[in-house]
Amino acid sequence: MKRDLITSAIGIVVLTLLFGIVYPLFITGVSQVAFPGNANGQQVYVGGKLVGSKIIGQNFADLVYKNGKVEMSDGEPVTTPDPHYFQTRPSGTVPADNDAATEFENYGPNSVVTKAALEANIAAYIALDKAPNGTPYYPGGLTAAKVPVDAADTSASGVDPEISIANADIQAYRIAAVRRLSLSTVHQLISKYTLGRGLGFSGEPGVDVLEINLALNRLSPSTS
Amino acid sequence: MTFLGWLTIFLFVSLLTVVALPLGSYMAAVYTGERTILDPVFRVPERWLYKVMRVNPEQGQDWKQYAKSLIIFSLVGWLMLYFILRSQTLWDFTGLNPMHYHSAPWNVTFNTTSSFMTNTNWQYYGGETTMSYFSQMAGLTVQNWLSAGVGIVVAVALVRGIVSRSGQSIGNFWQDMIRTILYVLAPLSIVYALVLVFQGSIQNFSSYLTVHGITGISQTLAMGPVASQEAIKLLGTNGGGFFNTNSAHPFENPTGFTNFLEMLSVLIIPGALVFMYGKMAGNRRQGYAIYTTMMIMFLGAVIVAYIAEAHGSPAQHAAGLHTGVISGSTGGNMEGKEQRFGIAGSALFDVITTVTSCGAVNSAIESFTGIGGAVPFANLSASEVIFGGVGTGLYSILMYVILAVFLGGLMVGRTPEYLGKKIEGREIKLVSLAILITPLTALFCTAVATASRSARALSISANAKGGPQGFSETFYSYLSQANNNGSAFAGYTGFIQPNSGNLGSHGITLADLLGGFDMVFARYAPILFALAVAGALAGKRISPAGLGTMRTDNPTFVVLLIGVIILVGALTFFPALLLGPIVQGLTTHLYN
Repeated sequence: MKRDLITSAIGIVVLTLLFGIVYPLFITGVSQVAFPGNANGQQVYVGGKLVGSKIIGQNFADLVYKNGKVEMSDGEPVTTPDPHYFQTRPSGTVPADNDAATEFENYGPNSVVTKAALEANIAAYIALDKAPNGTPYYPGGLTAAKVPVDAADTSASGVDPEISIANADIQAYRIAAVRRLSLSTVHQLISKYTLGRGLGFSGEPGVDVLEINLALNRLSPSTS
Repeated sequence: MTFLGWLTIFLFVSLLTVVALPLGSYMAAVYTGERTILDPVFRVPERWLYKVMRVNPEQGQDWKQYAKSLIIFSLVGWLMLYFILRSQTLWDFTGLNPMHYHSAPWNVTFNTTSSFMTNTNWQYYGGETTMSYFSQMAGLTVQNWLSAGVGIVVAVALVRGIVSRSGQSIGNFWQDMIRTILYVLAPLSIVYALVLVFQGSIQNFSSYLTVHGITGISQTLAMGPVASQEAIKLLGTNGGGFFNTNSAHPFENPTGFTNFLEMLSVLIIPGALVFMYGKMAGNRRQGYAIYTTMMIMFLGAVIVAYIAEAHGSPAQHAAGLHTGVISGSTGGNMEGKEQRFGIAGSALFDVITTVTSCGAVNSAIESFTGIGGAVPFANLSASEVIFGGVGTGLYSILMYVILAVFLGGLMVGRTPEYLGKKIEGREIKLVSLAILITPLTALFCTAVATASRSARALSISANAKGGPQGFSETFYSYLSQANNNGSAFAGYTGFIQPNSGNLGSHGITLADLLGGFDMVFARYAPILFALAVAGALAGKRISPAGLGTMRTDNPTFVVLLIGVIILVGALTFFPALLLGPIVQGLTTHLYN
């Protein structure tokens, strides 16, 4: 009994030092030397300012001003999606796309609440496709059945950096119109910033939203 | 469903088998004391650890001594972890608490400590809003190593008891533990962590970063030593995420490639242990038979989950979404799933994480369809025998093997024998207890929680779930904790995600304590029974196989074993399952 206690106590302390301190330090050291970009979260800078991480989704929206002040609701600023940018997937994380407190939305498959949330996301997606005069950018207009599932369903992490190609192709009509670009230019960007499957088969391809939006700004910097 | 989706599943299963076979042979060498290729690297640190810890590795232990060392070691580990987590601000001098988080309250810490000690990694806290880097590294990561080690050594001890030819010794706990960590977990973990960073996981000690987005919206990026914890979290089937959204978070699981790797890393040790068993038993076919049993049940679960998720959910259809495959999208139930993993990568991950005791998730299990969500329930109901946790899976299925041998013996009217050893009353009593204790604990805790106002699933957010979903949440919570899994229908209350900047997490004491009890009892009671079985078998003489001996390495036995597992699992859990996920799977009705 006493022997076991002594061995356990020494063992826990020594193993904590080895695997709780030395091991993470070693991995950090090697990573920072060999893969510094990845190890620090693939930070993206524009004009010396940190504008995001390549692999963390964010909200491309504008703050809503009321009487010259940012409108707030429940302590969070009210925002509206910016039509000049590709929009990320709906997120359950509050404040929107806050990477420092990620959360599942946990919508059940048979829930009235889920249905209502999906309907709201679908309506927002369709509304964004409409020009100020009410005509849809997407030829023939969008209906719920035409909205890709990833544009209505919330992501798991709340900070999904990618959208499906179908989703990007629909948004391309809007982007081309509001930025006065040709549709084929936008499509070229979509294929350029589409991340393929892992090893060619694992997972699904998706368009990196931050990267394509930055590329759009480089192409037509006047808008935004 | 897509061709590539099915191909992913096929390649996964093939690659797993190809990797697990040689690893199994290697592990057999590690535990029988043969020379391995890593001896030149780890021999010196191994001897040094024996010396520092005052261990005599030559000294064999009978099952009681082995169990005593294991329990005391776990207890000391528990105290250490509780101390580290509760004294979080005390370690600020290390600079590893950049957000200056305070400790979580005692009830949450009790739950978390029990959770990580038992390899469960149930989390009533959000990692990036509660834990300092120091707590994650020195506290939680360390238990990821140790709890994995405890699981594996119990399996090894049981195997020794089954195959030993004389005496009472089932090995030396300290030697097994140290060799497991050094020779098995460490090399895999170090290489794997670096591969994860190479692919995009983060590994740093920076403060959280503030992003000024191009439209003027700011965002906070959580940082930390993620890859080092991620590697052992998956290899050790622990599953406790660095971040709240676990392996769905891009910093933990950045690409489709890492997703495949993460799935593989969860199953390689549980798979290898089965092959190791065959080798140590002197008859590789024994291992193949068990592996086949596991694989058949595993594939069944994967196929059902993939089809169900690709079909989409009633809520999606009611909202008017088209869930079929279209150009540029696979459709399906993408609610709570990441684009880069897709439906197949999420469904497969979900099955892998729930057949093992891993519990890491890359998608929201609560948002799976009724049938898709019934799959993790069924997996948990099988009590960690389909690959299972590291070690836990092997010793749990060996309990079922002995039970199947006994039932088979009754059918043909012969004294049951397993590998030449007579199975008698004492062994069967112990085996029955080992098998029944987990479901009993889970059902007991679910009943208590459902009957109490505070622990019943009452959702904290606006999307409160009534009807079967609420019961599913509660039931899944205690089932998951009893099986030391740690995945969740995460809407279950018990912890309230603090707002960013709001320190610590808040718990509901009953849920925390009940869960803590659930995890500890359902982990250590079966371990004690498994070690007792090892002790009971260790001393038995081996009689040569005769003509009438029932073989345990052929397809007939595989069928019998699957039958026993399903029968026990179904009989214990079916009534409760009917009230939750099965109702949801059978109806398109939407509940308030």
